[in-house]
Amino acid sequence: MAKVLDNPRPTAKERLAKIGEQMQGSQAWNSIFRPGSIFRKGYTDSPRNRSYVIMNSVLYHLHPVKVKRHAVKVSYTLCLGGLSFFLFILLTVTGIFLMFFYRPTGANAWQDIQTLQTSVTFGLLVRNMHRWGAHLMVLSVFLHMARVFYHGAYKPPREFNWVIGVILLTLTLLLSFTGYLLPWDQLALWAVTVGTNMMGYSPLVGNQVRFVLLGGVEIGSETLLRWYVLHVIMFPFIIIIFMAIHFWRVRKDGGISGPL
Amino acid sequence: MTEIPEHLLKRAQAAREKAAGGDAGGAQAGGDRIPDQLLDRTKAASDGAAAVVASAPAGGGVPVGAGPGGHTQRLLTVVKSGSIQEAKAAPVDKVHTWPHLLAVEFVAALACTAFLFVFSWVVNAPLLQAADFNKTPNPSKAPWYFLGLQELLTMFHPMIAGVTLPGMGLIALILAPYLDRNASNKPEDRKFMTSMMTMFLMFWAVLTIIGSFFRGPGFNFTFPWRDGIFFEL
Ligand code: HEM
Repeated sequence: MAKVLDNPRPTAKERLAKIGEQMQGSQAWNSIFRPGSIFRKGYTDSPRNRSYVIMNSVLYHLHPVKVKRHAVKVSYTLCLGGLSFFLFILLTVTGIFLMFFYRPTGANAWQDIQTLQTSVTFGLLVRNMHRWGAHLMVLSVFLHMARVFYHGAYKPPREFNWVIGVILLTLTLLLSFTGYLLPWDQLALWAVTVGTNMMGYSPLVGNQVRFVLLGGVEIGSETLLRWYVLHVIMFPFIIIIFMAIHFWRVRKDGGISGPL
Repeated sequence: MTEIPEHLLKRAQAAREKAAGGDAGGAQAGGDRIPDQLLDRTKAASDGAAAVVASAPAGGGVPVGAGPGGHTQRLLTVVKSGSIQEAKAAPVDKVHTWPHLLAVEFVAALACTAFLFVFSWVVNAPLLQAADFNKTPNPSKAPWYFLGLQELLTMFHPMIAGVTLPGMGLIALILAPYLDRNASNKPEDRKFMTSMMTMFLMFWAVLTIIGSFFRGPGFNFTFPWRDGIFFEL
């Protein structure tokens, strides 16, 4: 009896704090967060903790602990490379959503998009975001290239990263172009017809390449399946590999170029 | 030779004096530096090794003081600084990635998402009639980023417009860093390259704009304010 009086019931706040403590002391928690992670030790602003935020988290794969002071100025990179990457992520997320409602066959494709827009919750919005995001990504990759050029940022030691950049630009265009066919409406069909006809003019292999890409001499259901696979798996897979090399080289080449 | 700063010399001197003094005092206090049991263990080990050496077959004069197993070689390497670690010539002015860079990236990502969200809320993506092989729309246009090419096709033989010119453009783009031998990144030193690129980009932009907005039925020239716009994204 006396004991109860001496120790009044803990308040909700105290109990929460206790649960938090127990959680942070548990083996599960400590197996998830590495030693030194701010989720283990808590964060108070100090130079050492600022380093730990990067060093003891997955972010260390993307960023060094410190970067040149001028490199964080928005006026230098205009965020364009980062935004290209971010748009790619947004496109992946919205694209996965679209995949749940789409079948790449001549008989179903257009109807699936129509149904998506009219009877799926947020279907129209997500399709819009995917389409406008794709155009925006082409634009931002273009502008990123222009900014790199005007800063002379392709000069040694960054020559090869520029070459990887050209590959990324090509892949971005290919991703956008293969996606263009998928709604299977008049716009898609004829834009891709015009686009692939240009390919037929290449000497020697032009027509063979075209045949393989279209799965025949003319666009049809086979083309739709091929381009779908290219669009949702193959090109994203390849572009991720080249992006990884691109980002790695940015760091290995000494971080962002400049200042001018 | 590099100069050793004054304060470091002083510190080293002080440490040396302290060590000498400490030794004298420490020896009386029973050799506090290395615990006795460790010294004993070392002694036993070297005795054992000596025994091994001693009992080794008379292969001929293993030198006294050889290591365990009779090894006599020593490894001594001088690693020059700079051979495995890069000596930074001048310190670079740096800031922490967190919060300086991450905060900027976060805001940029948020602004981008917000823009895309609002734009997609307001403007719908086109969905025309279902694909029909028997109905060719007039005009038929490629996606906007290929309209420069399509425009070139109206001017040159398909082989040149569709293959040679874009191929040369792409190769020039890839080779740009290897062709541009000028090492400076100062805009005032790069007037030639920047004007070349600007001309190239303007040329391309004009072609794309003509292809997008100034081409109507039959891909014939039109004025958008007179005949309307024949362009879909
Ligand atoms: C999918 C497309 C691309 C992505 C996601 C991407 C991403 C990035 C990022 C995040 C950076 C760090 C600096 C910045 O944000 O500006 C960067 C730098 C760089 N990028 Fe890209 N990039 C792409 C395409 C390109 C293209 C098309 C080129 C050139 C043809 C290019 C050449 C370079 C070079 C040379 C650098 C180093 C710039 C410097 O040090 O100032 N990249 N890229």
